[in-house]
Amino acid sequence: MCLGVPGKVLAIDGLSATVDFFGVRKELRLDIVDEPVAVGDYVLNHVGFAIRRIPPEEVQETLALFDQILEITGAKEDLMALDVRGEIASGKDEA
Amino acid sequence: MTTPRDPTLELKFRDPARARALAGALAQRVAAIGRPIQVMHVCGSHEQAIARFGLRALFPPGLTLIMGPGCPVCVTDAPEVDEAVALARQGARVCTYGDMLRLPGTALSLADAAASGARVDVVYSVSHAAELARRHPEEEVVFLASGFETTAVATAAVALAGPPKNLSILSVHKYVPAAMEVVAASPATRIDGFVAAGHAAIITGWEIFEPFAARTGRPVVVAGFEPLDILAAVLKLVELIEAGDASVFNAYPRCVSKEGNRPAQGSLWKVFEPRDGVWRGIATVKGGNLELRAELAHLDARRRFRIDTAPVRDAAAEVRSERCRCGEIMLGLATPAECPLYGSPCVPEAPVGACMVSSEGTCRIWHTYGGVPDLRENA
Repeated sequence: MCLGVPGKVLAIDGLSATVDFFGVRKELRLDIVDEPVAVGDYVLNHVGFAIRRIPPEEVQETLALFDQILEITGAKEDLMALDVRGEIASGKDEA
Repeated sequence: MTTPRDPTLELKFRDPARARALAGALAQRVAAIGRPIQVMHVCGSHEQAIARFGLRALFPPGLTLIMGPGCPVCVTDAPEVDEAVALARQGARVCTYGDMLRLPGTALSLADAAASGARVDVVYSVSHAAELARRHPEEEVVFLASGFETTAVATAAVALAGPPKNLSILSVHKYVPAAMEVVAASPATRIDGFVAAGHAAIITGWEIFEPFAARTGRPVVVAGFEPLDILAAVLKLVELIEAGDASVFNAYPRCVSKEGNRPAQGSLWKVFEPRDGVWRGIATVKGGNLELRAELAHLDARRRFRIDTAPVRDAAAEVRSERCRCGEIMLGLATPAECPLYGSPCVPEAPVGACMVSSEGTCRIWHTYGGVPDLRENA
């Protein structure tokens, strides 16, 4: 629940944004984030809400971190990677 | 259960030279203090990073890092789960976050309720709960709202956005700063300083910890979630302890500001008010629960429905879980390995205690990463 996953904003419609998380697209709410978000920005996702616009200079570092975690562990036995993937994917097929 | 991971191998993609330098500095500072130091973090995501990367193996023997009450699922009290189970069995459509499903009530979990025919849905977000209610106007949809203040802010946003009339909220939201007070005040626990969770502080700002640090005499360092973030934060914390400086340091400046997200705080307190509440295994936490304000009674499942939990309780089941030591584990008074139920019969597939349920629970994390992540004990 508390994992903060960064994603790239692809489109914005009012208070809803389409955000890409490593190839998985999700709709995020923009009600909470406290600065203007534009297409191309990276945001931190918490339970379907953008809670922070990540400063651009930090983006590469953060993305590299997640890439490394997902890549190096092979994910199978890695709870964190599974959680990240699960959290990203779980929004896709809820009732 | 598995071979302990080699921490130097794990840290290769995290600049091992810097990690070793931080660990070396940490050992020096702890040695200079000349007594055992005990620090606590209050975040499941921190514990995942610590266990995952074997960070405890880098700490000197005089330093202990404990996970405190940092998992909102784990501290949700059994009678609160009973309320959700009772509502589901009374015919409401209960939806909640996935890690709440198998959390035991006094006798039953929501998964049990679903198995016996109740409507229980997993949602990824409270906004999806609102959509569910919109799509099913003929049903009473109850969102079991769990999580700390960062998650409560999302619930508040939906509450303020004109949700559908058939949606109500059963709030079991918790407020972390209140629990830190309990830990600091507990005579049995001796904690020299706290590592605060970066994500919660994105909303609250780091200034929220200043009165706490001043009052308790314990320094607080706000930390991010990379291994080096955590090592650097612990080093800074030990330096503050050595200096006797009970101040707050922000070691996660790329995401956390002093004042935090003010509009989100405004929404949070417009919707919720702090109330005293029991945290599972810990105590009554003064101001630890976030309840919906009276003005939002129409949204509050507790006010909208008469919830009768008597039929879903089972005294015998309560007795069975008495040996569970989750409470002591969350207060830093015991480790999972010291619990007689840990690993057998209490496992993620059949959890007895709350700490084994959530992916952020201490027991679940230890179990996943090989039992005893403190590699010093295996050396």
